[in-house]
Amino acid sequence: MAKARKKTKSGTSNNARASGGTLLLVATRKGAWIYKGDAARKEWRSTGPHFLGHIIHHMMLDPRDGKTLLAAASTGHLGPTIFRSTDMGKSWKEATRPPAFKKKEGGRTVHHNFWLTPAHGNEPNVWYAGTSPQGLFRSEDGGVTWNEFSGLHDDKQYREWMGSEQDGTPNGPMIHSIIIDPRNPKHLYFAMSGGGVHETVDGGKHWAPLIDGMEVVEGFDPKTVTFHDPHCVRMCPSNPDRLYQQNHCGIYRLDRPGKVWKRIGKAMPAKVGDVGFPIVLHPRDDERCWVLPMDGQTVWPRTSVGGKPAIYSTGNGGKSWTRLDTGLPKAEAWWTVKRQAFAADMGTTVGLYFGTTSGELWASRNEGKAWNCIARHLPEIYAVETATIG
Amino acid sequence: MAEPIVKVLIASPLLSYTGADEVEACGASLGALLKDLDRRYPGIRFRMVDEQEQLRRHMRFFVNGEIVKDLGHPIKTGDEVGIVQALSGGERSGLP
Repeated sequence: MAKARKKTKSGTSNNARASGGTLLLVATRKGAWIYKGDAARKEWRSTGPHFLGHIIHHMMLDPRDGKTLLAAASTGHLGPTIFRSTDMGKSWKEATRPPAFKKKEGGRTVHHNFWLTPAHGNEPNVWYAGTSPQGLFRSEDGGVTWNEFSGLHDDKQYREWMGSEQDGTPNGPMIHSIIIDPRNPKHLYFAMSGGGVHETVDGGKHWAPLIDGMEVVEGFDPKTVTFHDPHCVRMCPSNPDRLYQQNHCGIYRLDRPGKVWKRIGKAMPAKVGDVGFPIVLHPRDDERCWVLPMDGQTVWPRTSVGGKPAIYSTGNGGKSWTRLDTGLPKAEAWWTVKRQAFAADMGTTVGLYFGTTSGELWASRNEGKAWNCIARHLPEIYAVETATIG
Repeated sequence: MAEPIVKVLIASPLLSYTGADEVEACGASLGALLKDLDRRYPGIRFRMVDEQEQLRRHMRFFVNGEIVKDLGHPIKTGDEVGIVQALSGGERSGLP
């Protein structure tokens, strides 16, 4: 019984039930936790750690069946794999064939599985995974076995655009932001850090870059695909023709069938800038999204700007932005939030959640107007995803 | 000729597969031995050997106390194989 459960000071306990409500799937550098909110999303109860000591890059619940939970795992010593649960993490089974590149002379090795995306609603049990170094994999059996998807990995042009390890992020070059058009399972996007945003309209037979309008670090040629570093790309749930992007070099919006990204981050306050990792979209309003700026000056501290973290929200497609920091630390908070660690729920008034590099889990029940910390002292948080159950 | 059955000492990160820190496996080479281990404990090999058939960077293999880096290294009856995690194995950044 919920009443009997002991809550911690942060409003959480170790006995989350899997019946009804909002779940937060928290992946960290040292394991995973699942938080379950009450109906008001005010109190949170947790299970975990799952896979204590494992590096969990991402954890996702399949919205199509409401029960298949995948976790991308590795450790400092062991190779990467994917674990699967169908009982909300009470038990886990390992993929029998995790993502792996073909064996060949000079072939690549998956260092870690970075991104998990359930496929189209009409393709039950199909999932996509993005890896580091850049690889795109597909499972057709709910994550049990994985195969290389499309000819991408053998495409000389794409291999050139993927660049070397030195062209990637400090944690390695990766494929992320795998997006499936809800109107067409053959229409997909993905992004590479580094290596730009890409699109297929024929189920992966052909891919094309989608980088016009995106800027690159000063001194480099924006026509060179390799130099582009999209940090996070999202498709509006309410309008699949609208994409938003948080890039290494700004915040962008793209309205299809247009092909030129518009830098909407120029409307951000100059002293804050428009550099960051994550971007989160409203589930029903394609004009509204949220970002979490970080310091991208000089040596790239990648901390909150000035040690004063804040969310910025737009309600007009990026024409203007509003600072939202009520409840967040007013100073000396030098954390940041990684690209997968900021998420929205489907609430009538949308709930927002983010996890920090210093292991804090923050929540807002009112679309970012006010924030409270629901967990502290977790390991570095790599990803936060929401799920609605029951 | 039957393949040699040998004692294999298991590193702690792999205990979730074997359930024991000492198991038996058979194979005439280290590579064959690891394949047999995978047959007995599915999934364990890929955590130690990557898709290009290279031993993973932070795993170490010993045969009778001598470090071995070649999957073709012969194994004979009575050998003792040790699978050990290297001290170096943090995350890519090298931090613990």
